[in-house]
Amino acid sequence: MARKRESSPQNPHDVGRVMREIPERPRGTPLKDQDIREGKVSLIAWKPHLEYRWDSGVAISRFLLGLKEGKILGVRCHSCGRTVTPPRAFCEWCFRPVDEWVELKDTGTVNTFSICYVTWDMKPLEIPQIPAVIEIDGTHPRVGFLHLLGGIGEKDVEAIRRRVRVGMRVQAVWKSPAERVGAITDILYFQPLE
Amino acid sequence: MRRIRRKVAVVGAGLTLFMRRALETGKELSYYAASQALESAGLRLRDIEAVVVSSGPDAFDGVHMKGEWLSDGAGGYCKPIMRSYVGGGSGVFSIIHGWYMVASGMFDTVLVVAEEKMSSCQPHPQGAFLTIFDHTLERPLGPNLLWIFALEQSRYMHTYGISNEEIALVSVKNKRNALNHPCAQVAAELTVQDVLSSEVVAWPVHRLMVSPVSDGAAAIVLASEHVAKRITDKPVWVEGVGWCLDTSYWGNRDLAYPRYVEYAARMAYEMAGIREPRKEIHVVEPYDPFAYKELHHLEGLLLAERGKAAEDLVNGRFDRDGELPSCPSGGLMGVGNPIAAAGLMKVCEIFWQLRGEAGKRQVPGNPKKGLAQAWGDLMQIGTVVVLGR
Ligand SMILES: [Zn+2]
Repeated sequence: MARKRESSPQNPHDVGRVMREIPERPRGTPLKDQDIREGKVSLIAWKPHLEYRWDSGVAISRFLLGLKEGKILGVRCHSCGRTVTPPRAFCEWCFRPVDEWVELKDTGTVNTFSICYVTWDMKPLEIPQIPAVIEIDGTHPRVGFLHLLGGIGEKDVEAIRRRVRVGMRVQAVWKSPAERVGAITDILYFQPLE
Repeated sequence: MRRIRRKVAVVGAGLTLFMRRALETGKELSYYAASQALESAGLRLRDIEAVVVSSGPDAFDGVHMKGEWLSDGAGGYCKPIMRSYVGGGSGVFSIIHGWYMVASGMFDTVLVVAEEKMSSCQPHPQGAFLTIFDHTLERPLGPNLLWIFALEQSRYMHTYGISNEEIALVSVKNKRNALNHPCAQVAAELTVQDVLSSEVVAWPVHRLMVSPVSDGAAAIVLASEHVAKRITDKPVWVEGVGWCLDTSYWGNRDLAYPRYVEYAARMAYEMAGIREPRKEIHVVEPYDPFAYKELHHLEGLLLAERGKAAEDLVNGRFDRDGELPSCPSGGLMGVGNPIAAAGLMKVCEIFWQLRGEAGKRQVPGNPKKGLAQAWGDLMQIGTVVVLGR
């Protein structure tokens, strides 16, 4: 057993003593990695096997077909005047169908970026990923989506920050037409125009 | 907004240790917190008419419909029970849920329990978070949860010219405040340099700017006015509640400013009759899962000028003995971050602060009004509660 903390009486029918503040020794039994390695606690393991097939939907299906042709598509709502991407079937502000599909440029501006050195399970990454929100040209107000920056050729924060900044102009780098399948990854990354 | 006639009070609070990995199950943690909250209110479970149970993604536990599973530990046996869940915003949403169960006139006593056990999810609970990203447009890019925080922090810093030294000071303050919290998991005496020397996980985020993975539970007891006055001479009133959800097209939003937090705060302030929040709120527990979030949220809560929270922090305004003590508990950065329980821990802290029962963490000046806030979903919800005595 792991180190057991003494605890205050917790009999729900014993309400004689009314507590103030947090008890000096709050309840809970912290475990150490060692307790688990040495088999001091019992654990049951389970691995879920779940599979999903997601429909892309009315609007995103068309967006993906656009990507396959090397185009970034957006939609326009005449009621609020916005041109946005990723496209949607209805305007969430005006709550009515969008009016028009438009082809946007494959250039844009870095709204924000990060330089990520770990995987989702906190394993170190040798070559950092540079996720960014790209404001796509032709949208109004200027909006965009998550993608990656590439073609930077640097590894450490300071060197990358010398190449990449918020407000920088970027352009999509596409897979070859033969390789494109109609997915967000048909754009390999966005690279600096400057 | 209509005037709510029935008053609701917090009359008890309970908290477990926050730990990286607990021996206890979620049910057991819930029981510890819930029974302590009842004990502190001088009530028994049979005095409770309804229960709110709040917990994060089912995927953390690998247990579908976790609320029902936790219900026995939350005191829900054969009672009307409701699960409260809006991601990271859940902890503060849970008191809002409990509030309207009492404010509606339906119940006089409600037990609100928030629990999270993140440690079961292997190899890292971030795996459960990956499914918040859009399956068609985002997941193929291989995102992880750090990205959205790092992207938001980066935009926030760029927009207002805030430095990472200033952001690091949030970690320093909160981890230091947590040294006085008996439940704290990651309390420490650090310098700004220590924080900036910790490795960059996703620039501009360093490891010591991120709250830990935690197990823990928190609970409060809510009562109607006549019951509250019968059982305690120090009721803490729920004076305002607010919540708001922004669009899930997060690349279309202004990441520098949490507009949805402002809307939630304005709703709560209006209900509480607060016109000048900076003068009328005396102690605040904004949500701080990442260091910059505390500043971001203080601005959204209208408790600091846009882009100026960092300057206020440097000037000591948010210290425990400052003009507006912020995260006197130690927050998620210091006490720990069992998601739903962390939000309700903030409500517990305001409860203890307003009753003058916060021990070594007590802020000076007999605070009369306090605010707790949480945040979550796809960076899009703000949940706010204003408490007063
Ligand atoms: Zn519209």
